[in-house]
Amino acid sequence: MIKHTLPAARRAFSPGLRCFSEAYGGEISEDVFERTGSPRLTKQASLYVHWPYCLRRCSYCNFNKYIRRENNDPMMTECLQRETETLLQLSQVSCITSVFFGGGTPSLAHPSTIAAVLESVSRRVYLSDKAEVTLEVNPTPVGKSKLEDYCRAGVNRFSIGVQSLQDGDLKILGRDHSSHQALQTVEEARRLCPGRVSVDVMFGRPKQSAESWENELSELLRVCDDHVSLYQLTLERGTQLFKQVLGGEVTMPAEDVTAEMYQCARRILHQHGFLQYEVSNFARPKAVSHHNMSYWKGRQYIGVGPGAHGRFVPRGEGGVVREARTQTLEPDVWIREVQQRGHGTRRRIQLSHLELLEEVLVMGMRMSKGINHKHWELFSPQLGLHEVFGTSNDVQELLQSGQLILDDRGLRCSWDGLALLDSILPALLVMLERQISQRLQRDHHADGQTKRISNPQ
Amino acid sequence: MSFSLVKRWCETPLMRRVLQFKVYRRKIQSYNMTYTLLRHRWMKRLPVFSSSFSTQTDKDTIDLSKFPVDRVRNFCIIAHIDHGKSTLADRLLEMTGAIATTDKNKQVLDKLQVERERGITVKAQTASLIYSHQGQQYLLNLIDTPGHVDFSYEVSRSISACQGVLLIVDANQGIQAQTVANFYLAFEAQLAIIPVINKIDLKNADPERVETQIEKVFDIPREECIRISAKLGTNVDKVLQAVVDRIPAPVAIMDDPFKALVFDSNFDHYRGVVANIAVFGGRVKKGDRIVSAYLGKTYEVNELGLLRPHEHPTQKLFAGQVGYIIAGMKDVKEAQIGDTLYLQDQPVEALPGFKPAKAMVFAGMYPMDQSEYPGLRSAIERLTLNDSSVTVQRDSSMALGAGWRLGFLGLLHMEVFNQRLEQEYNASVIVTAPTVPYKAVLSSPKLIKEHGSEEITIVNPAQFPDRSVVSEYLEPMVLGTILSPDTYTGKIMTLCLNRRGIQKNMVYIDDQRVMMKYLFPLNEIVVDFYDLLKSLSSGYASFDYENAGYQAADLIKMNILLNGQPVEELITIVHRGRAYSAGKAMCERLKDSIPRQMFEVAVQASIGSKVIARETIKAYRKNVLAKCYGGDITRKMKLLKKQAEGKKKMRRIGNVEVPKDAFINVLKRKDK
Repeated sequence: MIKHTLPAARRAFSPGLRCFSEAYGGEISEDVFERTGSPRLTKQASLYVHWPYCLRRCSYCNFNKYIRRENNDPMMTECLQRETETLLQLSQVSCITSVFFGGGTPSLAHPSTIAAVLESVSRRVYLSDKAEVTLEVNPTPVGKSKLEDYCRAGVNRFSIGVQSLQDGDLKILGRDHSSHQALQTVEEARRLCPGRVSVDVMFGRPKQSAESWENELSELLRVCDDHVSLYQLTLERGTQLFKQVLGGEVTMPAEDVTAEMYQCARRILHQHGFLQYEVSNFARPKAVSHHNMSYWKGRQYIGVGPGAHGRFVPRGEGGVVREARTQTLEPDVWIREVQQRGHGTRRRIQLSHLELLEEVLVMGMRMSKGINHKHWELFSPQLGLHEVFGTSNDVQELLQSGQLILDDRGLRCSWDGLALLDSILPALLVMLERQISQRLQRDHHADGQTKRISNPQ
Repeated sequence: MSFSLVKRWCETPLMRRVLQFKVYRRKIQSYNMTYTLLRHRWMKRLPVFSSSFSTQTDKDTIDLSKFPVDRVRNFCIIAHIDHGKSTLADRLLEMTGAIATTDKNKQVLDKLQVERERGITVKAQTASLIYSHQGQQYLLNLIDTPGHVDFSYEVSRSISACQGVLLIVDANQGIQAQTVANFYLAFEAQLAIIPVINKIDLKNADPERVETQIEKVFDIPREECIRISAKLGTNVDKVLQAVVDRIPAPVAIMDDPFKALVFDSNFDHYRGVVANIAVFGGRVKKGDRIVSAYLGKTYEVNELGLLRPHEHPTQKLFAGQVGYIIAGMKDVKEAQIGDTLYLQDQPVEALPGFKPAKAMVFAGMYPMDQSEYPGLRSAIERLTLNDSSVTVQRDSSMALGAGWRLGFLGLLHMEVFNQRLEQEYNASVIVTAPTVPYKAVLSSPKLIKEHGSEEITIVNPAQFPDRSVVSEYLEPMVLGTILSPDTYTGKIMTLCLNRRGIQKNMVYIDDQRVMMKYLFPLNEIVVDFYDLLKSLSSGYASFDYENAGYQAADLIKMNILLNGQPVEELITIVHRGRAYSAGKAMCERLKDSIPRQMFEVAVQASIGSKVIARETIKAYRKNVLAKCYGGDITRKMKLLKKQAEGKKKMRRIGNVEVPKDAFINVLKRKDK
């Protein structure tokens, strides 16, 4: 397989090569997806590529990342390509709907690596040249200087880790850029990919007040593009920040304050024309991230790179059930495994019908539009949303208190309810499990034997 | 002096409580070794006899007929915790050749793991020593006693078989609360008391001062004190001489018909009941047919002998001697402690026996998981086989499921029981906060008829009768003895006052140490009194208590409400004067253990319809995780599923979902 790999960068510069057929059109629209029904579910996937390296450790991060001792770009490139090919083959998908390069710090990867991976994808399956290809960028001067090359490599969307516009905070967080550098990077990215730049910002930072957050957000809105990802700094065990907070050097804002910050951000973003389409994602019309949406809609995704996660049916080996797959965490070990076996999949767990529905529910409810009946039917043709959730007392209480909505569009949270999603989901999960197990028992009784339900994956 | 007071407050000499709860810290370790195993190993480790002086080396060569009553001495050792009782016992055993002299003999008589860990004695053990004195051989029966009020049932049993005691006092620490309590126990039983000042080898030892204290507090001339170091063996021979010289021989007549008191019993899975007896008259031998006066049942003696301290079979036991007997009793209930044994054809008048121990501290015990119920039940059954003083009542709580309400003689007794459950039976239990048995004097003739008596005891707070049908509530009282350096007097008095304590006496036992006596409601000291006392005195104060009957008290039932709905399992009986602080404390603990909900939750304590304390659990304003990185939803799913599982197990009070832990946190004792 490897010997077919041509110099990747060169291939990528000719985007035409990526298209096998124009007939599929550019972006795969939701409607096409859902009309075509469940078999479509297994024929396409999105692709997540994990770049595990960082230059330094951010004080709050416990994610899978490593400080590289030496440059191993050629080897990483080769292995990312190889694993992409192996997993594409295994999944038997014919189309990759979007690609996301995350990390770690993927903007440390050489643009040719990005090109090479995209090249591998295009060689095996259909990847529209309009398909969303996002790269996470650390807004340092070096990162900024490479943006153009990334675009040439095939990237058409940037997600920029601005995190904060307060230099003091950036220092506490252990970030290696200033707010000025971040703003410059955003500007450059917007020049290259107008309308397709997202900024990541973080709230609930040490010593942050609701008021300073409001000001910071307003400032950000003056310079940002059409997409904002908002997330709350969570204190993770084992991080430096955790130790500092434990040792009393740093204080985190109280729960009420972060709640206030979240509500305030939702309000301000709304006022500026950003629609909250998911718990932590806000976009102006048409700037919604397709890659993100495909996670929340419960579609297949393939994870490549150390520690990456995937959800797909391994049809290439005769599989019919969706699997939760995790790649080996440690880069050196992962490299060895990919070299030996073609992939570094460490764990694969077959999802039962219930588990699949649980994921569909949990992910779907994160969207402000929630789960519509068609979306649900795709995964649960036998039991509709009303049947599953309509009879529950808990759900009735949630409906009455106005936090949850179940109507002819589907199931979703209200504006207020979305902020309390994690309090709502356990009740829904309990109900789902009850209904599915009752259904199984009924079917069992009806047939006098275990009935094989053909469950879409 | 103080003992007149003690007598006044003491209901019954046999039931004197001398609690020392020093060793409170719980060491939860997963030992799988059982009691039987431990004992077995210990027995193997011991050489049969390795005597140097005055010992017999062969089992059958001990001819007990050589020890007429006047050559027998029965004694026990009593001491405050850590004053060296077990070390002295080890030395006595070594010097008389009962065990080999090695430096490995540590607390030989403390067989239970909990005893060794805590340095306490729970279960009385007996060892017969053969000692040569002025050319004569003596049989000295050392009856090891538990040193704690909670086990004073065992102490009084032991004392009833003794004529004298060794009262050990640490040369450095001097008289402590438990020393005082132990002294009165022996004094009231009219035993010969030999004061022994131990640890004279310590750098800070001040035997002079201790002798002064002994003179002042116990009215024993300082000349009678023996200064020893049990650790080094210094003057231990003088102790043995004193046992022979100062302790009278038992009153027992060899020519009388056989008559023996059962003062302890153990259960052995293979041989049935092993009863420890003190022979008060005549003799008994293998093959004799004996009768239990209590049950009237007849048994054949299969085995009998001395405890040295392990079982050492002999042919006969004679008047004045102490030993064990195995007679085919299958159930510990057949070997009723305090029972009298006699020969089938020679009935005798039964000995007075013992009053059964009365439980003074109650706590609910529940399995961690209801599936563990049968296992825990059999563990409790097995443990109570050897500890008849624990009362067991089935109980159930909506929050904790099926379990038991157990009655203990005191707090340490409860601690030890719980620790033995965990260590010896590998059972994990939820223990609720201890409560005390209240009483109510009923006023309604209908209720009196229903209960069959005017006065009822209330063990479960949910059954507390309403004020309107009661003429008076009563609460159990204790007389507490506190010994402390006088620098802490002020703080201690404040603490006692806060616990509704009434000072009865205060005496300087030397120029720095003060002894205070307080009358307390038992309820006020069962939870954290001793810990507070220890911490405010930097560990120097010691505390003991004994039961002091019941007193009328202004008791009320306090309800805990969640959004207006009462929670049955949290009903508490409190003194009116303490209701506010108790209610506030419970509301605070509950607030900390109930997770935020989507709406506000009011946690209230109420008396009748009046709310006396309130805490508010604010509604969640936001509860949603920010971002799922790179499709890694596994962790998030796990967390949510755990919450969903937890939700199924939640107890619903009105619209409020309460995790079981929340009640456990409120009900269980605070971690110490």
